[in-house]
Amino acid sequence: MAIAAEKSQPPLHGESLAPALYRVHSIRRETHDSFTLDVRPQNALNTPAFAPGQFNMVYAYGCGEVPISISGDPADHRRFVHTIRAVGAATTALCGLKKNGTLGVRGPFGSHWPVDESAGSDVVVVAGGIGLAPLRPALYRLLAERQRYGRIVLLYGVRTPGDILFPRELKQWRAQFDLEVHVTVDRATSDWQGRVGVVTTLIRKATFDPNNTVAMVCGPEVMMRFTLLELLSRGVPADGVFLSMERNMKCGVGLCGHCQYGPTFICKDGPVYPYTRIASTFATREI
Amino acid sequence: MPGNDSNQRCVTFESEQLQSLLDAVQGRGYEVFGPRVRDNTIVLDRLSSITELPIGAGTDQNNARFRLTSRQDQAFFSYTVGAQSWKRYLHEPTLRLWNAQRDDGGFKVDANQSLPPKQAFVGVRPCELNAILALDRVLLHGVAADSAYRSRREKTLIVAVDCGVAGGTCFCTSMGTGPRASSGYDLALTEIIEGDRHYFVARAETELGAEILEGIPHSVPTEAERTAAENVVASAAAHMGRTVDAANIRDLLVRNPSHSRWDQVATRCMTCGNCTMVCPTCFCTTTTDVTDLAGEHAEHCRLWDSCFTLDYSYIHGGAVRSSAKSRFRQWLTHKFGIWFDQFGQSGCVGCGRCITWCPAGIDVTEELAALREGNPPGNCPPIRKETPRGNA
Ligand SMILES: Cc1cc2nc3c(=O)[nH]c(=O)nc-3n(C[C@H](O)[C@H](O)[C@H](O)COP(=O)(O)OP(=O)(O)OC[C@H]3O[C@@H](n4cnc5c(N)ncnc54)[C@H](O)[C@@H]3O)c2cc1C
Ligand code: SF4
Ligand code: SF4
Ligand code: FES
Repeated sequence: MAIAAEKSQPPLHGESLAPALYRVHSIRRETHDSFTLDVRPQNALNTPAFAPGQFNMVYAYGCGEVPISISGDPADHRRFVHTIRAVGAATTALCGLKKNGTLGVRGPFGSHWPVDESAGSDVVVVAGGIGLAPLRPALYRLLAERQRYGRIVLLYGVRTPGDILFPRELKQWRAQFDLEVHVTVDRATSDWQGRVGVVTTLIRKATFDPNNTVAMVCGPEVMMRFTLLELLSRGVPADGVFLSMERNMKCGVGLCGHCQYGPTFICKDGPVYPYTRIASTFATREI
Repeated sequence: MPGNDSNQRCVTFESEQLQSLLDAVQGRGYEVFGPRVRDNTIVLDRLSSITELPIGAGTDQNNARFRLTSRQDQAFFSYTVGAQSWKRYLHEPTLRLWNAQRDDGGFKVDANQSLPPKQAFVGVRPCELNAILALDRVLLHGVAADSAYRSRREKTLIVAVDCGVAGGTCFCTSMGTGPRASSGYDLALTEIIEGDRHYFVARAETELGAEILEGIPHSVPTEAERTAAENVVASAAAHMGRTVDAANIRDLLVRNPSHSRWDQVATRCMTCGNCTMVCPTCFCTTTTDVTDLAGEHAEHCRLWDSCFTLDYSYIHGGAVRSSAKSRFRQWLTHKFGIWFDQFGQSGCVGCGRCITWCPAGIDVTEELAALREGNPPGNCPPIRKETPRGNA
């Protein structure tokens, strides 16, 4: 039996999987291997709206499409901001784009950080490495409506001082009296005067009310594992912890199967999950 | 669904009229595909005459074994399924999704807009019909519909054939998908051979199916013919080569990621991915990007992929599922377990292909039975204690 033809969506091959074209408006070097791109739609005035934590599938000509979080301000509809670490073919090509260079964008996709849902609570943001990129839009939103929240704490861990993303903004945030910011590095350089050690050690020191806290965590899986344990041991309830998961992705829309994580698809059920949703999977290796 | 025939058009026609049926389908502009014998196996290909069907062919299937056999009769459909499934005509093994073309400084993108022809599948087995319905769930009813799949699926006519012979690796009765086609077809046929008489009892589920039956010489099925048709299916049901205890199978798998059986099967699995390639419901794809030498033209293509490859789960730094154990566990747990969470049904239709075509002779029904045995209590494993390695 055939299925009924859908009138609203003409049957074009792969239509929904073709990217929209964007142009690089500006590109800024963040660290030795990471760049922040401000990209604007080539054939439209505005980008689609996005929520903090969502990602786009970003296409580099001839190299492929890769999932990249949106790191800009959700209130800004003129551009998508992406902060990309060059680790392979596609990300290196994207980081090598020049002003006015063309790229493809599909999205935004996926779930988002519980920014609105956190009103009235303390918010602890824990980032590891490039993991600060998908958390920055949440920070923008939190700070834009600062009065809706209790304490806001940002804990950021990187390998070396040279790996710190968004240093200017971090400096500005640090100067703000209503935001507690701690940065730590694995290995210090001679000019580093801050903390040394893993990000989990910061959790013990930060000021927040565990019973009334929402934690938003993004970084490598091991880092998130220990962060979770530390948060739980400080008394943050399991359903107050949100994690952003990462898996290989080819489509972003639930068709290619690659991003499966336990019973979920990270591209549509994630990347941001309440810990309680993935608790059993999170404890298992090689899932 | 036995008993729902009352509101279906149901007829009997003699075996010679199968050609008229084929002609009627072709006459309506369909390109017809069906089973044929080639290279000592059953393949699917274009069909123009019923003489191309696997007449008199049977199959002998077991772990890592597929042999064609000769039957004493002229049955068209007494073989059981070969390695290929209909998936290839709906969810193509390779597909160009779009092209990119360099133009002053940037590039532009053209979506592949070729329109597929109308196609008819003749000889779809009940398990395969259910596999197509399972693919519909995945590719048409998620957050996004796969437009390439949809454009082919919309134009597909299905002539199902009930099974009268079960294969050595079949277990459709365990999965509730056969041996009788229950729904989702245009036409379903039951092939009956009684002494010198060779005929079909056919039922139509759609207007189009009924119209096709109307156009070929037929009679109203007698009570005896209906009973004969039921007996054919009952005989297949009684001779399933394999069985699976499907009760709470999802929970069994979800609760047992640490079962010792995974280590055991990993010593045998070669992670070749054959099982995923022959499975009629495996839907995973990867993409590749190729450019011409001058770099003026780039193509973004989609290919079938397998969760048994290392690339499948590769993220910067290495594959998430690097051990054979984790990849076999992913496949089996997905197919028989978490498919329920994702799509509200099993991902296995009991066709037996993965058992027949696994070069290591791994049998999913045996693995599932072993997981049930000595099944440890169903608690989730605790979070592991280990030392932090670094920030990023
Ligand atoms: C939801 C999500 C958000 C992400 N956000 C960012 C971000 O904001 N900034 C950033 O720099 N990186 C981000 N990543 C990681 C980024 O997608 C990978 O670094 C990128 O896919 C690597 O591709 P490549 O071709 O450069 O590398 P290669 O090593 O050449 O990759 C080979 C293939 O493996 C796949 N792959 C490799 N690493 C990853 C990975 N980590 N995740 C998914 N697929 C991978 C890619 O599909 C790629 O085609 C994110 C990943 C996910 C899943
Ligand atoms: S898992 Fe094996 S038996 Fe089940 S549908 Fe796939 S190939 Fe057939
Ligand atoms: S189960 Fe068999 S067919 Fe599947 S990957 Fe392992 S060896 Fe290959
Ligand atoms: S990225 Fe393809 S299914 Fe999620």
